[in-house]
Amino acid sequence: MNELQKELVEQINKFNAEKIEPFLEEDDREETFRMEIYRGLGELGLAGIPLPEDVGGADLGYEDLCIVLEEISKSSAPYAVTLSVSTMVQSIINEFATDWQRKTFLPALTSGEEIAAFCLSESSSGSDAGSLKTTAKKVDDGYILNGNKMWITSAGVASTYLVMARTGGEGTSGVSAFIVKDGTDGLKFGKKERKMGWRTSPTREVYFENCKIPHNHLLGNEGEGFKLAMKALNAGRITIGACALGLARRALKEAVTYALGREQFNQALFEFQGLQFMLADMAAEIESSALLVEKASKMHDAGGCGKLLASTCKLKCTDMAMKVTTDAVQVLGGVGYTSEYPVERLMRDAKVFQIVEGTNQIQKVVIARELKKQFQS
Amino acid sequence: MWYFSDEEKELQRLCRDFAEKEIAPFAEKHDTEESFNLAAFKKMGELGILGITADPEYGGAGMGCVAATIVMEEFGKACPGLTLSYLAHSILAVNNIQNNASVEQKQKYLPKLISGEHIGCMGMSEPEYGSDAIGMQTQAKQNGDDYILNGTKMWITNAAYADIAYVYARTGKEKKNLSTFILEKEKNHFTTGNPIHKMGMRSSPTGELIFEDVNVAAEHRVGEEGSSVSHMMANLDIERITIAGISLGVAQACLDHSVKYAGERKQFGKAIGQFQMIQRMIAEMATKTSMMRNTLYNIAYQYDQGERDSIHAAIAKLGIPQMATEVALDAIQVHGGYGYSREFPVERLMRDNKLNEIGAGTNEVMVLIIAKNLLGKFKQ
Repeated sequence: MNELQKELVEQINKFNAEKIEPFLEEDDREETFRMEIYRGLGELGLAGIPLPEDVGGADLGYEDLCIVLEEISKSSAPYAVTLSVSTMVQSIINEFATDWQRKTFLPALTSGEEIAAFCLSESSSGSDAGSLKTTAKKVDDGYILNGNKMWITSAGVASTYLVMARTGGEGTSGVSAFIVKDGTDGLKFGKKERKMGWRTSPTREVYFENCKIPHNHLLGNEGEGFKLAMKALNAGRITIGACALGLARRALKEAVTYALGREQFNQALFEFQGLQFMLADMAAEIESSALLVEKASKMHDAGGCGKLLASTCKLKCTDMAMKVTTDAVQVLGGVGYTSEYPVERLMRDAKVFQIVEGTNQIQKVVIARELKKQFQS
Repeated sequence: MWYFSDEEKELQRLCRDFAEKEIAPFAEKHDTEESFNLAAFKKMGELGILGITADPEYGGAGMGCVAATIVMEEFGKACPGLTLSYLAHSILAVNNIQNNASVEQKQKYLPKLISGEHIGCMGMSEPEYGSDAIGMQTQAKQNGDDYILNGTKMWITNAAYADIAYVYARTGKEKKNLSTFILEKEKNHFTTGNPIHKMGMRSSPTGELIFEDVNVAAEHRVGEEGSSVSHMMANLDIERITIAGISLGVAQACLDHSVKYAGERKQFGKAIGQFQMIQRMIAEMATKTSMMRNTLYNIAYQYDQGERDSIHAAIAKLGIPQMATEVALDAIQVHGGYGYSREFPVERLMRDNKLNEIGAGTNEVMVLIIAKNLLGKFKQ
């Protein structure tokens, strides 16, 4: 790590301990999201890390972003993911936007004052995102959106929604991307989803009922929406890997600390070889995943991380996090199963990493497709 | 199973109907609210299963380990939390009293426990003595003809609802000098601590049993003083086989839900069950569930035939809950985003099942038991 990265880690550790940790258990139970925590991350300069300075970003790389997300995720995967998704949307807006769009939409997001959300999935099109049904009809003075989006992270608390909607015929080439601001007539939210984990991060359905937006809210060209969404997700898969990694590191720390402190049969649990092997496997899995995140984020910063590597990063890191958190509950035994200790929450939070931003089954489809491209003569 | 008796087949049918009507519709609500389905529990008394292994002369069903496992599986499909409470009552309290208590004690306690008028629990684990249960520190000190109890029992299923607690306590300095007492809520023998918030099994109340200078008459002691370790261990065997029955129910339910969802959910223009990726997961889940079922009922059957050993109970307890967690995690994965939502049952089944890798002896303790049994004979 360079000096700046070390400083970031130190700052986040302090922020985690003072601002996030005290509310973790209560907010998980009550399903509460605290905007002031997100804004606090913004005040530390973390809300627009890879964005250029002219729109208020920190002008750093994805490598730095991944270090930040990993660190936040050691305390709270939900806040790390809120930041990960918001940053993903900002990056894609920055890349495809007009100058007016950049100046209009990005500063409030890079400062952390506001949050961005990504609206692709629908109730009947999850993995098969290209079949989405939400429509955007072109009219004289803009577009009229109709349809529903499902599983939208930060819906209701976000102010900027990047929405994929159909402007043309069937298939991926008929999809365009739009920026919709909270408060637009016809933009509505469903009730908060009740979930196994990530309970601090609100997930809602988003409805568009004759929701009219101006022409200049189209991002890129008509028909580019799906390509742009996939590009966003490719980068998002690296950052999701980093979030899963941080969560797993916390689980290992909890497991080792407990094993050293808890005595049974007149010795510390840690002294039992069976436990040592479990902990060693957890550490080995974590370190392998850390290398994937590091490599993928460096490649991204160097000009582009291929799909095979990005998907591998997401697949391995999230499967690892599920395994490591499950084992951490096991190491803590009965107390690990209670909400007095964080590991059961870590385990619940880990599961959805295998589902979001492309299920791990979809990652395998992507990897296989890349293999075919690579080896088919 | 081919060796189920007619009576066991009838029990399976009754329990399946009961679970569909009285348990499944309320499982999500009780999980969310961390509340106990007392109404269903009381109705189990009418169904005649609260004393599944107890003698008919006390109102029991007079059946065995296979029968108890059948109930666990059928109820476990619908609500593992309530099933765990049923297990704590029927296997940990009732079965222990049936096997170890005097005729007078059985006459006094069993009829009300079996009718559902009373709820039972058992107290073994303590905050500092979980896996190392025999090291327990709750004291029963002799005081004339009576005993004075002091200590705290932890992780007690049904604690807050229990009228009767079957409790182990130390009556001497030697490690194995443990005695058993049947304690009554009505006589203020115990108080209960705050409810414990858990990842799963939230519909099963878990709490502490607290004894502070409690006077308990000698008539509450079960068997001889200082002789409890052997029957404590013996009851753990049937506890472990039957708790694995809950995990079998979890796996079967997860498989059933996944098959249904994979047939209905369409992506890329066809049911997701048409994709080999999903087929692989479903096939693995079905294979594991089938292996769990055959292993478990075989072990339960052997138990009923009198072939009882800790190693087979530990094998069931190590293998089946672990596999059920794998099956349940895959079930969530098959359901995708919906699987993660509390609107669908699979995430609850997963959370509930994780406890079965910890309660009634952790996986790690099962490894110790199996290894000690297998390797012990090579000891010099």
